[in-house]
Amino acid sequence: MDPVPSSPASAATAVRTKSGHYSFWRLLREGLRGQRGWRPAWVKASPKPRYRVVIVGGGGHGLSTAYYLASHFGITDVAVVERGPIGLGNVGRNTTIVRSNYFQPANIRFYEYSLKLWEGLERELNFNAMVSQRGTLNLFHTEAQRDLFTRRANQMRLLGVDAEAVTREGVKSLVPLIDLDNGRYPVLGGFLQPRGGTVRHDAVAWGYARGASERGVDIIEHCEVTGIRHDGGRVAGVETSRGFLGADIVCLAVAGHSSRLAGMAGLRLPIETHVLQAWVTESLKPVLDVVLTYGAGHFYVSQSDKGGLVFGGAIDGYNTYGQRGTLPMAEEVAAAAVTLLPGLARVKVLRQWGGIMDMSMDGSPIISKTPVEGLILNGGWCYGGFKAIPAGGMTTAYLVAHGSPHPLATHLDLGRFAAGRPIDERGIGPFPYAH
Amino acid sequence: MLRLPCPFCGERDETEFRFRGDATVVRPGAGAGLDEFNAYVYERANPLGWHTEWWLHAAGCRRLLKVERDTLTHEIRSVTAAATDGGH
Amino acid sequence: MRGPARLGAGVLTDSSQPLAFVFDGKSLRGLAGDTLASALLANGYRLIGRSFKYHRPRGIVTAGPEEPCALVELITAAGREPNQLATTLPLREGLVAQSQHRWPSLRFDALAVNDLCSRFLPAGFYYKTFMAPAWAWEKVFEPLIRRAAGLGRLEATVGDHADPAEIVHEHADVLVVGAGAAGLAAALTLASGGLRVLLLEQDSILGGGTLLDARWTAWRERAVATLRASALVRCLARTTVLGAYGHGVFGALETLAPEESVRFGGVRERLRVIRARRVVLACGAIERLIAFPDNDRPGVMLAGAALSYLRRQGVTVGQRPVFFVNNDEAYEAAFALKAAGVPVVGVVDARSESLAADRATAAGIPVFRDCAVESVSGGAGVTAIGFSKLGGPRRRLVADSLLVSGGHSPYAVLATQLGAALRWRESIAAFTPELDPGLGVVAGAARGIFGLGRAASDGARLGAQVARALATAPAAVETPFPVDPPSTPLAALWEVRRPGKSFVDLQNDVTANDVRLAHQEGYEHVEHMKRFTTHGMATDQGRIGGLVGCAILAAARGIPVAQAGQPKPRPYAQPTPFAALAGGEVRKHYRPQRRLPLHIWHAAAGATFVSTGLWLRPLVYSATPGWDPVLEEARHVRQGVGITDVSTLGKLEVSGPDAGRFLDYIYANTFSSLAVGRARYGIMLREDGMMLDDGTTARLAPNQFVLTTTTANTATVLEHMEFQQQAHCGRMDLLISDVTDQWAQFAVAGPRAREVIAAALPAVDVSNEAFPFMAAASTDLAGIPGRLFRISFSGELAYEIAIPARHAVEAWQALLEAGRRWDIRPYGLDALNSLRIEKGHITGAELNGNTSAADLGFGRMLKKQGDFVGRILSQRPGLLAAERLQLVGIRPVDPSRRLRNGMQLVDGASAQASLGYITSSTPATQSSGWLGLALLSGGRARLGQHLVASSPIHADHPAVRVVSPHMLDPENARVRA
Repeated sequence: MDPVPSSPASAATAVRTKSGHYSFWRLLREGLRGQRGWRPAWVKASPKPRYRVVIVGGGGHGLSTAYYLASHFGITDVAVVERGPIGLGNVGRNTTIVRSNYFQPANIRFYEYSLKLWEGLERELNFNAMVSQRGTLNLFHTEAQRDLFTRRANQMRLLGVDAEAVTREGVKSLVPLIDLDNGRYPVLGGFLQPRGGTVRHDAVAWGYARGASERGVDIIEHCEVTGIRHDGGRVAGVETSRGFLGADIVCLAVAGHSSRLAGMAGLRLPIETHVLQAWVTESLKPVLDVVLTYGAGHFYVSQSDKGGLVFGGAIDGYNTYGQRGTLPMAEEVAAAAVTLLPGLARVKVLRQWGGIMDMSMDGSPIISKTPVEGLILNGGWCYGGFKAIPAGGMTTAYLVAHGSPHPLATHLDLGRFAAGRPIDERGIGPFPYAH
Repeated sequence: MLRLPCPFCGERDETEFRFRGDATVVRPGAGAGLDEFNAYVYERANPLGWHTEWWLHAAGCRRLLKVERDTLTHEIRSVTAAATDGGH
Repeated sequence: MRGPARLGAGVLTDSSQPLAFVFDGKSLRGLAGDTLASALLANGYRLIGRSFKYHRPRGIVTAGPEEPCALVELITAAGREPNQLATTLPLREGLVAQSQHRWPSLRFDALAVNDLCSRFLPAGFYYKTFMAPAWAWEKVFEPLIRRAAGLGRLEATVGDHADPAEIVHEHADVLVVGAGAAGLAAALTLASGGLRVLLLEQDSILGGGTLLDARWTAWRERAVATLRASALVRCLARTTVLGAYGHGVFGALETLAPEESVRFGGVRERLRVIRARRVVLACGAIERLIAFPDNDRPGVMLAGAALSYLRRQGVTVGQRPVFFVNNDEAYEAAFALKAAGVPVVGVVDARSESLAADRATAAGIPVFRDCAVESVSGGAGVTAIGFSKLGGPRRRLVADSLLVSGGHSPYAVLATQLGAALRWRESIAAFTPELDPGLGVVAGAARGIFGLGRAASDGARLGAQVARALATAPAAVETPFPVDPPSTPLAALWEVRRPGKSFVDLQNDVTANDVRLAHQEGYEHVEHMKRFTTHGMATDQGRIGGLVGCAILAAARGIPVAQAGQPKPRPYAQPTPFAALAGGEVRKHYRPQRRLPLHIWHAAAGATFVSTGLWLRPLVYSATPGWDPVLEEARHVRQGVGITDVSTLGKLEVSGPDAGRFLDYIYANTFSSLAVGRARYGIMLREDGMMLDDGTTARLAPNQFVLTTTTANTATVLEHMEFQQQAHCGRMDLLISDVTDQWAQFAVAGPRAREVIAAALPAVDVSNEAFPFMAAASTDLAGIPGRLFRISFSGELAYEIAIPARHAVEAWQALLEAGRRWDIRPYGLDALNSLRIEKGHITGAELNGNTSAADLGFGRMLKKQGDFVGRILSQRPGLLAAERLQLVGIRPVDPSRRLRNGMQLVDGASAQASLGYITSSTPATQSSGWLGLALLSGGRARLGQHLVASSPIHADHPAVRVVSPHMLDPENARVRA
């Protein structure tokens, strides 16, 4: 294995060892020679004093932004700085669902673009993130819910996105475990997006990191940003635990901590930080083939390729930076699970964890310039950030490269609140704790 | 799970309360315009650490409480009732 | 004779109570007090299951909840419960279990071929292949992987597994977790100080390590008796603390003993939610494995497990055991087996110096010092082991079991969740937690104090410390503790690195080489290594091998283990069934049902009910599906008179000198000017300028208003008003009361409504002059004090009567009686909805949180003077834009076409851009064909336009005409009649 330079002085001259092409044949070859040929998936870079672009946050959006900057926009003088190891924030904590079933046309177009990028991701990255389009099924239990889903599905279909109404019998055949009638709110039917599904979340971070690193991006782990230097309304770079990094453009991709980082540049954002919990069960032989969302309570679930049921609920509803889960939400989610899928009653839940979310004031993300010139924000993802990683990265990279928003992301600008153009999918209003 | 010491009812589980957001933002008075209201409704410090916030004791006395809480450790420093002489 | 067998009596087993059970179809016998694991061992079983990835044969490794391998399927009348731990499953008469994750049989498993191909299946191999051709992942590879993965099979049909669980709440001064030597001593001390103690033990019996040492029997029995006799102490066995949630809150899972389960109506588990002022974490330490080739063979077990099976169930895990250890504690098992007559073949000790080794040698047990085991022979069970001195020749011992101990790791999961820092202690080669004393203490083995005597002393001392912190004075624990034998510290040993598969995670089949590969590929942080290899992510959460993998990673990185750290442990401490987390509020009881005061009457009248939120409301008084009965009810209202139950409407009373002023602030229109005896329609905004709710508010007295809210928004509006009052109107003198449940309310609507009301309320002058539209009054109905309002949701001449809920039935019947002459008929929610859509009245479908007052046609109601919630932000440019979605009416051009809620409005059949959508629709009551309400971009400027209402999911695209939303009586002649 090639040594990774540890002293900053030698960083600029670091030999970039590439991990090589991944394939079945490579696995065979390495198997025959004792796995000796594998190399680090990404180079553990040390900071240089100056970059054209510094991306703060080595999560899904930061890494994908870096990847697309290098691969699609030819900008490789880029550093991704991450406080700890990459990929351990929300990209490594979510419930791995991808879909594009939204109400607002602009959101449908944006998330559909993301879904299309997911569909080609493995070939693009030469990294199997196990994009699995097993379908996302939303259940409805009242006529009013049916009407809302009908509206959403019709809007999706008008835009060329797949959506289907599913009868009660159809629901039962998609999810044999389901109890249509015995719950407090009988299942009246469902809506299916066949192209929705799941993606192996860790692999997304690793795959983008590998792709970015191989194209010359410096991925700098264990490098905490402690300040954002700006003068005359223009960003100059970031102060970090490993020294100052000058930059023409600083891009924040630190969902959960956007307010803190933006605060370093003197900004107050329309964002609160909340915890969203997730759970996984013991591993079972296949029992659930779709991503299932309950309509009468907080519960959604899918079964991973490894066999565990991955499920989640709602945010706890008060500001928190603690990634700890709570008991009341576990009780609520488990009650919904047993109500909808009584056969799961004896299945054992293994782990509970939490991720901290940027809950924006209208429940929609922000990809935008800020009042500080050169400072770009990718945040406010609420609990929908994972599915948006490809499109979020691509459109953020576009904004960095062109200085103007990507046509599919113009609605995500920061000015929409003052202008009175919120993108409030559920009509909750400016109450992040209620979204 | 939080246990909030309600000054009227005693220490209770968080499930009895409804969170009502940042209590440091002040509703602008008469004569204020769009900018002030925009800041009041949308812009938040969202601090990591001490946060002063509203909680309504919905399943208790239904009093609005001002709570100082650490958003990382969840330590609670003070709980007081909303002032009875504020605002209008 | 070879292999495991029962030697005699154990602490737990009762030889007078034999139990029959079945494993893999074979009838076997065990004893009361056995676990499934001990009973299988007593029957000579070593092979129990197959491993996750390589399908290698696996046996029993431990004697407790940390077990990685001995997972079985339990077959019950209700189905098949997979992944049950044989090591904690109490044996009971008739138990049927089956090995899992093998095909066709346990002994011959086809997928064991994976073990032979393992060089091509290193950690994370799936990230590097299956990428081409593009279609093949979802069509071929993934289904194969899904089928191969997973452990047990779940088989349960709907209606099965309905075993109830319950959630129980607990309060204590001090929660003591673990009833071993330290926990018992701490609990005794705390109770002596007068504190309320809750002592929880995951085991089926209190005692922990003291159960395994006869010298402690007398002390344990006295301690348990004292605690059980104390009114201050509650002791719960079979109760595992699952997680620590801060603020003194803990969740614990109690598994009921079978006989207790019967007594409590079949409840299998209780989730105990505990609130305590302090915690004593005396949850012990867990023995670790050592990585060496084939350390997973059936018969390779932890040394402590051998001691446990021998003491607790009288079972020896082998007839020719060899030990491989690096610590003195593990020798206790060797001494016990030897004393029980089992010939211990030898102890391979990685150290040169050991007091325990000296004692073993003196007792005639061969000890091979400075040696390490480097091979294991035998596929389905150990037959021999190979070991050597460093650099020396390999030696061989014939054996039927290999008992391993790599040291003990304090169980720090709960402390970590409470924010405890972990400090590396080289003397025990493990992390110990340092808990904030304000939260409690960690005592005994849980903080690395090994030896029962030392742990008990530690528990007593720290118990006293906690008691003093809570301002009580504990008595000293009197009983002197038995003295621990002198011991030599361990020497850290993680791996004997030789070619072959040396496992660090036995359930997920992660080897030491996998860990090194993770490092080689840059996944060098423990969290990356964990995710790349899946180390520690199985049901056992890597309790016996977790630290071993981290140490191997640290060695690969060339840094100390302390620096590499270990992954953060997450709840739950034990796999927890959904049922137990859910408790009793499931299925029919998932949410409460709110029933109307008239529910029984409605049911008797043949109503079909519908759930709206928590309420059950009559939808239509017919069992016939379709529109006919609905339209019949609605037309009867239009042509004669109907009555409907609107009791679910939110009713809020606002009273006090400043009530009017407060409502001026809450509503966008003015209420302080409202005359007593009058009602007014009001609209309420959110501070961001969007509509929050609408409703009619009446002034019954100068200082008394009664508001109505839409049913779904009652709680939201109440909370909004209380927030505004207390946060922003502190100086105002008023009171808000939610009286929704106190008042039933009925609407009498139709051209004959006045006659009916006049007959029912003879004392009231209901003439148009005396009681015009929007009049309100307090009045009596059949002697019951009530309220009368002349308001209309249906668009007809209508009155609403509010009556105290307990008199609802008599009032309703009085109205029916009064209306009999005019053939008054009840109408349900569907008819109500048809009537209001036709009239253009809005409800939740239009008040969707994204509509402004202007969008819904109320723009001019916003008062120009004075502050109110939402005043400023409702004037943002985006909210005034001409292209906003505005409320309109919709009629199909061809009257034979139907409308559907959720249809998108487009300009021409091929257009993609939606201009809006239909929110509500109904067949017309007064004409033929359908009509609907819609939110349409720039809608008010489009009246008369032709568009297409598109529903691609129904393949239905009727042409429609945009009309005014007021499709019935736009002049309000009917309501004012």
